[in-house]
Amino acid sequence: MAEIILENIVKRFGSLVAVNHLDLVIKDREFVVLLGPSGCGKTTTLRMISGLELPDEGKILLDGVDVTMKRASRRDIAFVFQLYALYPHMTVYENMAFPLRTQGFKGNKVDMEIKQAAELLRIGHILNKRPRELAGGDMQRVALGRALVRRPKAFLLDEPIGTLDAKFREEMRTELKKLHIDIGATTVYVTHDQVEAMSMGDKVVIMNMGFLQQVGTPQEIYHNPANLFVANFIGSPGMNFIDCVPLKDESTGVSIKLTAVNRVIKIPENLQKLILQKEKVDIELILGIRPEDVTIEFKEFENCINTEVYVIETLGAYNIIDVKVGNETTRVRTLPTVLPDIGTSCFIGLEMSRITFFDKKSGNSIM
Amino acid sequence: MAEVKLVTLTKKFNSITAVNEMNLDIKDKEFFVLLGPTGAGKTTTLRLVAGLEKPDKGDIYLGENRVNNWVPAVRDVAFVFQYYTLYPHYTVRQNLEFPLKSNLRKTPKDEINRIVSEVSRILHIEHLLDRQTVNLSGGEMQRVAIGRAIVRRPKVFLMDEPLSNLDAKLREEMRAELARLHMDLGSTFFYVTHDQIEAMTMGDRIGVLNEGKMMQTGEHDEIYNRPRNMFVAKFVGSPVINLLESEIVGEKLVIGRHDHAMECTLTDLQCRLVGRASGKKVFLGMRPEDIIISKDKKEKNSFKCSVYFKQSMGVEDILNLKFGEDLIFRAISPPRMMVDIGAEVYATFLMERAHIFDGETEERLEMPG
Repeated sequence: MAEIILENIVKRFGSLVAVNHLDLVIKDREFVVLLGPSGCGKTTTLRMISGLELPDEGKILLDGVDVTMKRASRRDIAFVFQLYALYPHMTVYENMAFPLRTQGFKGNKVDMEIKQAAELLRIGHILNKRPRELAGGDMQRVALGRALVRRPKAFLLDEPIGTLDAKFREEMRTELKKLHIDIGATTVYVTHDQVEAMSMGDKVVIMNMGFLQQVGTPQEIYHNPANLFVANFIGSPGMNFIDCVPLKDESTGVSIKLTAVNRVIKIPENLQKLILQKEKVDIELILGIRPEDVTIEFKEFENCINTEVYVIETLGAYNIIDVKVGNETTRVRTLPTVLPDIGTSCFIGLEMSRITFFDKKSGNSIM
Repeated sequence: MAEVKLVTLTKKFNSITAVNEMNLDIKDKEFFVLLGPTGAGKTTTLRLVAGLEKPDKGDIYLGENRVNNWVPAVRDVAFVFQYYTLYPHYTVRQNLEFPLKSNLRKTPKDEINRIVSEVSRILHIEHLLDRQTVNLSGGEMQRVAIGRAIVRRPKVFLMDEPLSNLDAKLREEMRAELARLHMDLGSTFFYVTHDQIEAMTMGDRIGVLNEGKMMQTGEHDEIYNRPRNMFVAKFVGSPVINLLESEIVGEKLVIGRHDHAMECTLTDLQCRLVGRASGKKVFLGMRPEDIIISKDKKEKNSFKCSVYFKQSMGVEDILNLKFGEDLIFRAISPPRMMVDIGAEVYATFLMERAHIFDGETEERLEMPG
């Protein structure tokens, strides 16, 4: 059991507010990812959960017990900074014993801890092998085993795979997720990489400049972002934004003027209703749409936007084509076979059922 | 002209051969990306071209000239490092002016101003010119570092993982900007990375390097769709390709244990490829997007699996599917199809998209000629 509750946490460093009135519930056995850019307060939050930092205000509860002022060593939580490569000259057993010995464990105790962790990770049969004799997946389990050999109540991981090669990172994501399914320990994971957050998290907590932006499942934050920051930060590439103003016309209802290109496009009835209901006619809005919900054609069609190809990124399974709408880039996800020349004139269309509108002033979703 | 040509280039560090008989032709104005894991010899190759290391064997040509014995300063290449090397207490402008003011160049003042404003416009750093570099964000600093390389107008840019220290989000934006910058400058780019996405999205051509050996060079399409061996197949593409140990039995390819195996029907071309070599061990390479997920069984090569777990990517889910007891492979779920862990689905292998590798050499099976 390890349920972690943060209540109204504030942490200041001099005049800088690193974490600003944060409330968060991390359920038992949940894999929660704290996500945000450098300096958003995610690592500070993790350090407060571990006890390496103490909050200036608020409370931290671990399984209902107030641990706010308890030192790190009294909290029974494992803090992992990074998953390092294995020592090639040591066996798996020695690799795992090493961190225990440096923590002052001796003799039988070391042996017992390793055997337990090995059973959990299903690496008992390879304890006497050296790293170069291992298959990729086993190697990763050993790296994890060495980090997690002490079976604590909860695992706190701070960008554990950030410095690994891209390819190895991808394998580790899968392995970590699998491991969490197998052992189900509460895990709090910090990263700036939204792919890691989306692919591993049961729940993603997005922070920016000390403030909580949104908490939700990967699906929720992807499809219903609370604000512009989340919409852009999540997704690779992030959501496209186009400045617009809704206009009212007696005959045709509400349509949308794209301000940068001075073009008016029609929107379906449900969006018209929403704009009337939220009283957003003649108010500056931002239209958000994901790259996979934009279509590109090379001849004109209804309700399209005229533009030209700026850059093409080929990713094998699909392409991303950048076009300019005014000065802003809009990215379109296409099949790998769509390969226009740079500078080619083209037309883009928006999948109306997938549009999100944001208030330009507040940046918040109006959906 | 700024071709880069390497001929049987070899570099050893004690007993380790960092670069092993490398042959490479980078064309004038090309964006060439050297891709490989840590320790593959990528950075060493770049340093050899820059003149920061001396080769043990082989030749380096820049344009017409063999430059093996030229000191770095006269090779007319610019090096952009992984860690931005700026003068911290200078302004952005001073950092950009610095290479132009060196004794080698002695550029007139007007000319300096013109170049600095031109370069800062290209890199969108005009508004930062009078800021001190210590006050810049990572992305801004890296742009200034690239700017400092550009002002000299070198023939060749050598870039050593310039984006790898940036936040993931910024890296994504900089990729498109670098690709566009290359087009606007029209210089030769020789770029090194361990990130296959950078290689695929920016490179006109890609070279995949492993343990000092060039595994394959080609355009992104060739590298992705016709990987020459299993190393290349695995290294390029995300999520990673499935490589399933299998056996040829007549016109079928059999994966897994005989009492509970997946049997795929080979295409005519594939039949000719493996000949009548029944019993031959091969690896079947299926990219996750070439496995179609459905609720119903399809006509051919369709197998009942259970969803072991899934990873969300937002736009799609990566499903880890389990066939029988222990055969796990990855597939992409169709957009907006909701599948739960444990659910039963059919996975259909698009065999015309399959890659077949020799079970022993791990080389791609190809028709001769």
